[in-house]
Amino acid sequence: MAVMASTTNRPRMSAAARRRQLIGLLFVSPWLIGFILWTIYPLISSLYYSFTRYDLLRPPVFIGLENFIEIFTRDPNFGQVTYNTLYYVGLSAPLGVASAFLMATLLNTEMRGRSIFRAIFFFPAIVPAVVVAMVWQFLLNIQYGAINATLQGLGLPVIPFIANPAFAKPTIILIHMWAQGNAMVIFLATLQDVPRSLYEAATVDGANAWHKFWNVTIPMCTPVILFNLVMGLIYGFQNFTLPWLLTAGGPNQATEFYAIFLYRNAFSYLRMGKASALAWILFVVVVIFTILLFRSSGRWVYYSSGDE
Amino acid sequence: MSVQASTTPSAGAEVGKASAINIGAILLQIAKYILLVILAFSFMLPFIWMATSAVKNDSQVYTVPPIWIPNPALWENFYNAWTSYNFNLYMFNTVFRYAIPTTIGVTVSSAIVAYGFARISWKGRDVLFFICLATMMVPFQVTMVPLFITFKNFGLINTYWPLVLPAFFGSPYFIFMLRQFYRTIPVELSDAAYIDGANEFEILWKIILPLAKPALTVVALFQFMNAWNDYLGPLIYLNQENMKTVALGIEGLRRTITQVGSAQLAYPYLMAVSTLVTLPILIAFFFAQRTFIEGISLTGIKG
Repeated sequence: MAVMASTTNRPRMSAAARRRQLIGLLFVSPWLIGFILWTIYPLISSLYYSFTRYDLLRPPVFIGLENFIEIFTRDPNFGQVTYNTLYYVGLSAPLGVASAFLMATLLNTEMRGRSIFRAIFFFPAIVPAVVVAMVWQFLLNIQYGAINATLQGLGLPVIPFIANPAFAKPTIILIHMWAQGNAMVIFLATLQDVPRSLYEAATVDGANAWHKFWNVTIPMCTPVILFNLVMGLIYGFQNFTLPWLLTAGGPNQATEFYAIFLYRNAFSYLRMGKASALAWILFVVVVIFTILLFRSSGRWVYYSSGDE
Repeated sequence: MSVQASTTPSAGAEVGKASAINIGAILLQIAKYILLVILAFSFMLPFIWMATSAVKNDSQVYTVPPIWIPNPALWENFYNAWTSYNFNLYMFNTVFRYAIPTTIGVTVSSAIVAYGFARISWKGRDVLFFICLATMMVPFQVTMVPLFITFKNFGLINTYWPLVLPAFFGSPYFIFMLRQFYRTIPVELSDAAYIDGANEFEILWKIILPLAKPALTVVALFQFMNAWNDYLGPLIYLNQENMKTVALGIEGLRRTITQVGSAQLAYPYLMAVSTLVTLPILIAFFFAQRTFIEGISLTGIKG
């Protein structure tokens, strides 16, 4: 109330309201200072560096749009990297959500040992990424990995999961789908929050299990589907550790994703200017995709309102 | 709310109950359990493979078909792999120079900031909170380059400052999580204290924080794990051997054993160390499964 009053009557903010304003700002000041230091300042200086040539040894030289022109017209890898990244994000975000949703739906039925299954499904999400990469690299090895050794033992052909460019991206997406514990838990909480009265009403109307799933469960989960899609999208564009350690961008650049390409430019080639330009392109693309996703949500996300 | 509901039979279960009499439903149940068991097995398989490979000798690793239960089991691989390389130092670095400082920093700062966003009304609060959430959208790679340059100019490469310092300014994800939790605490409690003359800091300290202990535990646990699991941050800022974290150490171990090529026990050692690094996570998860799951649920709903 005091807040509302103060906006309409700016100069005469009451002493109590002014005090509260100061205290409120004081409480959030750690974040506010951090926001300026760790977000705003790097964003602005990154924009500045993106117009320079800078190798850390000599001072930055202003070169205008040269970095952007190089990236879009002359860089021999940018096209492949962009394709890889869009391929990965386009598939891993929806498939990750689908995998999480499937697991949560399974766990949400009446069953024995639910907490054990839930723990097993969740666990891969919290294992260190380095360990995940080491284990899968070993497991998927074409000669002595457990999976191919088993296939060989059964007289079946081996699968070049990470040795063949055509298989590498799908393999990384599969590993992503395997580590969906966080999204699964969020879905599970949402499924358990769906009011029973909705299902009862549907039963009265003669709906079968499939109808209920399609017309009650899914619509009630759409806000969380959106949330998990947005998260999948944002993290998908930043995917670094697993492809870096599992395939190092290979074979034949099949898993050279944007974050890896950016890392190489910055820390292997010491091209800080170009890396900053790449970073800004990434930032703009992530913002655009996120906005588009939110825009589309009006058409498919169902928000239940408490009043209705 | 969903938190309490997590063990009660769910609404979805009705679906099964309503038609449980006919054969179709029974078959469906059987199919469901088969699917669950297959899924669960395929989820655990990598970890079983990791743990069993850790105690193999070299010849057992390269066998077709693969050996799942090695005999004899070389239990000494765990000790030898860990101590032949610098893993004691890496673990000390990870825990005492990275995980504990950032856990303290993030938990304290986020707990304070979340109070400002959740329990005090002031002009511009909601706009700033929205900005705070929006910063989660900024990819790490975007701020990585200029921050590296800045820390380099301050001579802080190969120190833990670039990894630890930002933790003391709150983390949007945890601020969000704690704000959600604070908002579930009845206003009447702080109003009563306010009338008794307590100021906002006293209310936070004496009323909110004691009630928010479960949420604070989640934040601390998650941040500790973030540091334990982090790879990209240490990769950028730490390249001296004596500064490495466990995550960098595992990668270094892989490089060492693949460079040597014919090195004995390459994969068993790598798997032994991987198992040991996963073990604390497994133990934490075993004892705090509910904490993990409730913490994540807190962020997913009712944004």
